[in-house]
Parts: sequence; C-alpha cells; structure tokens
Amino acid sequence: MHGRIRTWGPGALVLLPTVLLLGYFVYGLIAWTFNTSLTARHTARKGPVDYVGFENYANLFGEERFVNSLKNLGVLTVAFIVGTLIFGLLWALLLEKGVPGESIFRSVFLFPMAVSMIASGVVWSWLLNPSQGEDARGLNRLFSILHLNFLENPWWTAGSRWTTMMSIALPAVWQLSGYIMALFLAGFRGIPAELREAARVDGASEFKLYRYVLFPQLSPIALSALIILGHMSLKLFDLIYAITGPNQFRTEVPAVYMWNTLLRSDQAKAAGIAIVLLAVVAVLVIPYVAYTVRQEADE
Amino acid sequence: MSAADATGSAAAAIRRTPKSRGVIADGSTRRSRTVRYILLLLFLLFVLTPVYVVVITSFKTSQDTTAAAQWSLPQTWTIEPWQKAWTVLQPYMIRSLTLAVPAAIIASLIGSANGFVLARWRFPGANLVFAFILFGMFIPYQAVMLPLRTTFTALDVTRGVPTLILAHCIYGIPICTLIFRNYYATVIPTEIIESARVDGAGLIQTYLRIILPVSISGFVVTLIWQFTSVWNDFLFALFLTQQNNGPVTLGLAALSGGQKVDYAASMAGALITSFPTLLVYILLGRWFIGGLMAGALKG
Repeated sequence: MHGRIRTWGPGALVLLPTVLLLGYFVYGLIAWTFNTSLTARHTARKGPVDYVGFENYANLFGEERFVNSLKNLGVLTVAFIVGTLIFGLLWALLLEKGVPGESIFRSVFLFPMAVSMIASGVVWSWLLNPSQGEDARGLNRLFSILHLNFLENPWWTAGSRWTTMMSIALPAVWQLSGYIMALFLAGFRGIPAELREAARVDGASEFKLYRYVLFPQLSPIALSALIILGHMSLKLFDLIYAITGPNQFRTEVPAVYMWNTLLRSDQAKAAGIAIVLLAVVAVLVIPYVAYTVRQEADE
Repeated sequence: MSAADATGSAAAAIRRTPKSRGVIADGSTRRSRTVRYILLLLFLLFVLTPVYVVVITSFKTSQDTTAAAQWSLPQTWTIEPWQKAWTVLQPYMIRSLTLAVPAAIIASLIGSANGFVLARWRFPGANLVFAFILFGMFIPYQAVMLPLRTTFTALDVTRGVPTLILAHCIYGIPICTLIFRNYYATVIPTEIIESARVDGAGLIQTYLRIILPVSISGFVVTLIWQFTSVWNDFLFALFLTQQNNGPVTLGLAALSGGQKVDYAASMAGALITSFPTLLVYILLGRWFIGGLMAGALKG
C-alpha cells in the first residue's frame, strides 16, 4: 500500500491546488450564491439578514418580467441552435469534397469567431437599425438598394417574440456558424475513405450515401455541437448588451435581467436568477459531462 | 469521436481533402460543382457584408454617415475616426494586453501539469476529479459573480488588471486542463511513461524530461485559446472593473454607447479592439482551429 501511494501520490498532489481553487471558486461560490438567494438581502447593506426559504424563487416565477425573460431565452435558444446548425452543416457539406480556394472560404466563415461579441454587437446594432423607407439605415437600407424592400423590418424593436429574438439570434448565428462548420468538416474528413468507396461500390446514390453512411458517423459531433451551442445561448449576454442595451424588456433574458437586478442592489433576487440560470445550464451539461467522462474511462 | 479528443489531429484532419473524389467530369457533377461554388460565394458575401460596412464607415466624415450614403464608399476618406477611437481606447488596449498575456501563460502552465497527471499519471478517483474540473467550464459566471467580488475585496486584491488576471486564471484552468489532457493522451504513448517509471524517474523528472519538450503545440493551442477568450471577455470586465481600470471590451462599450454615438469612431473602435485577436487568427489560424476543436466542450 505504501508503495502504491508513492506512485500515485505525487500526481494527486499536483492536482490538489486546482481542486482546492475550483472547490472554492466554483462550488463554494455557487453555494454562497444559493445561500444569498434564500435570504431577504434586497439591498447592498451588509450585516445579519433573515432567511426566507424559497420565497425569492416563488416571487420570480410569479413575476411577469422573469417569466418573459425565460420565454425570450427559450425562443432565442431554438432560433440560434437551428440557425447555426443549418448554416454550419450546409457550409461543411459544400466544402467537404474539396473545392478550389477551400482554405479561403474556411477562414472567412470562421473569422467572426475571433471577434468579441461586444465588437460584433456594436456593428450589428448598427446593421439592425429599425428605420425603414426613406430613412432606412443598416440592413434595411441595403435591402432597399437591392430592391428587396419587402425584407425591410423593424428587427427587434417591434413584432412578436419570435421575430424579436430571431433578430438577436441572427448576429449570433453569423458569429458561430463557422465554428460548427469546422466541427462538422473535421468529422467528415475523419470518416475513412473506404466507407464511401464501399457504399459507392454497392450502388448507393449520393443522397443515400450521406443519409445512411456519413450522417450517422457524425452524430457524436452533432451532440457536442448541440451542447456547446445550447450552453452558449443560455449564457448569451454581451451581444444583447451591445445590440439593444441592457434595459430592454423585449430582448431581456435571465443573464441580462440578473445584471439589471444587481444594478438595483437587490442581491437576493439577483442570486436567485443566477441560480435558476445555473440550474438550466446544469440540466443540459451534467448528463453530457458524465457521459463524456464515462466514455473516456471505458477506452 | 468525442469532440474533446481532437486538438492538433483535428486541425490536421480538417485540412485533409479526401483522396478519392469519385466520378469527375461527367456533366451532372460539373453542374453540381458550379452550384456549390455559387452558393459558397453567396455565403461568403453574407459573412463579409458586416466587414465591408465597418471598414468603409470607419473612414467616413460625420457628414458622410447619412442614411442614404450608408452603403457607399466615403466621399472623402479620413482617418479622423481612427484617431478618435485610438485616443479613447489606447489605455484600455494596454490594460487588456497586460491582462491577457499573463492570464494565458499561467492558466496554460497549470493546465499542462494537470493534463499530464490526468492523462498519464493517473491515481484512484482521477475520473471523478476530471469531472469535477470539467464542470467548472460550463457554469454561467453569474452564479459566482456576487461572492467573487466579495472574496476579491476581502483578499484585498488590487482592483482592475490584477483582479481580472486572477479571475481568468482560475476559471481558465478547466479548459486548459482539458486541452492538455486530450493532447497528452493522443501524443504521448503510455509505454514511454512506464519505462521512465521503471527506470525510477519521478513525476517531476518525467514531466520535465519527457513531457515538456513535446508540449509546444499544446501550449500554442491553450495560449491562443486563453488569450482570445480573455481579450474578448466582457462579463468579468463589467462585474469586476470600472472604466478607469477595465479592459478593452469595456472601453469599446463606452465608446459606442451613450446618447450621441459617433458611428465612424465606433466602427474604427470595433476594428481596433478586434485587431489583436484577428492577427493571432491570421498568423496562427491552424492552431486556432485546433483550439476550437479541443475547446469544443466549452463556449
């Protein structure tokens, strides 16, 4: 036993600082936030405070503004994931057989990923200007120049929840489709050439080749993509902050609402929103982390 | 393949065009190739449209940014917006640089040591520890932000850059650990470690003599990844710093916010703040993609 500890002991020792750091700064602080969410700390004042149980949560879910932000988040997430997957997969499909100038296309599709969401938000807030007609600006102006006036629309400033949040999803799709393309492209290129050959020899049509041979091989990548996009969308903050400003009921999501609540120093409520957000992310991510770790343990 | 497997190998895979291209040169394939090319060019335009508008606007005089002229080239080219944006952003740029470089280096070093142990010097419960670390990657930072501020104040960490370095190091450890763990698991054969152990080499010796010399591409990946995400971060900046000690994302938000926005200067500012990450992307794009692949688990 002594000998075994001597072999693995140093390894555990290397990881100890990380475990302690993350133990405090991730798990400890989450517990702290949760604790705050159970109190009546509705001001910035310090000192002792009453515990009110889950009252803050009950209030949140009974409040129109919070429910609105959750609905916005749901719509945004669907629009963002569907849009990004469609573009990402389409681009990967167009590129995967190899076209002249492939590396140029790849680089251009991927470059928005290197730009901060604040920078792209500054640009998109300008592109998504709601003015129309004579005074049209941004994309609306471009539509009128191209004689596509029917496309002019008020973007996120008017209309249904769907059109509003789709306008917010558009810049996010622009920014991240290239990432999904890169994931799928790596997936396509990782499939052994023999598989394609075999399918062709068997007389499979191009459609059947993709449908029954190639796509099934990509399902693990599609799952990763779904998780990545899902948790990014749930946390989306910078882009909304830059495009609409933080104080917009129409586009508010929990991550933004938490910030607004904090500005009014309502710590307990802000903590409650943060914990709800964490719970939503955890529902998505914990099964995935467990699955990944178990799968790798099997290998 | 779990998306997490791939670092350099995925970057290589993505560049590998399939060798067999099937039937070429009959009419239908040629037509489908033309269609593909046209589609790709259209998507290229879609992705580059914001770039065009940013660049031309950044060289316009304020009289020139009227609605009607938004998509036209500047009537008179001026670098005034650039000068104005640079004057505002320069101190922020310097702070971001002094922040992103050390934060990237420290997190990468810790990640390398952790990754080595988790991949090749395992101990009982290593998988649990891995899952424990991995989860830290996904949390919405809102869930730790409130007590994080309190903790940094209690620890008396200097406001501004030092606070942000600490925060980004701690919360950057999970992704760097993951990247290095996967990198070592693919690059370093178990036998080498075992024979070193048989020869009586300890953990530190093995790490310094065998692991570190082959870690360069792993470091390039994590350094790029960390640098880009620290540079582009807005959430920590907003919660933990102010205008007088904050990084460049905060500066850009200030430059382009407010009542009377100078569009030309905002656009120049968006370009200036994106310049370092774009430069990294252009020079080291190959590894950038590798980092994206490896970071597939993160957002």
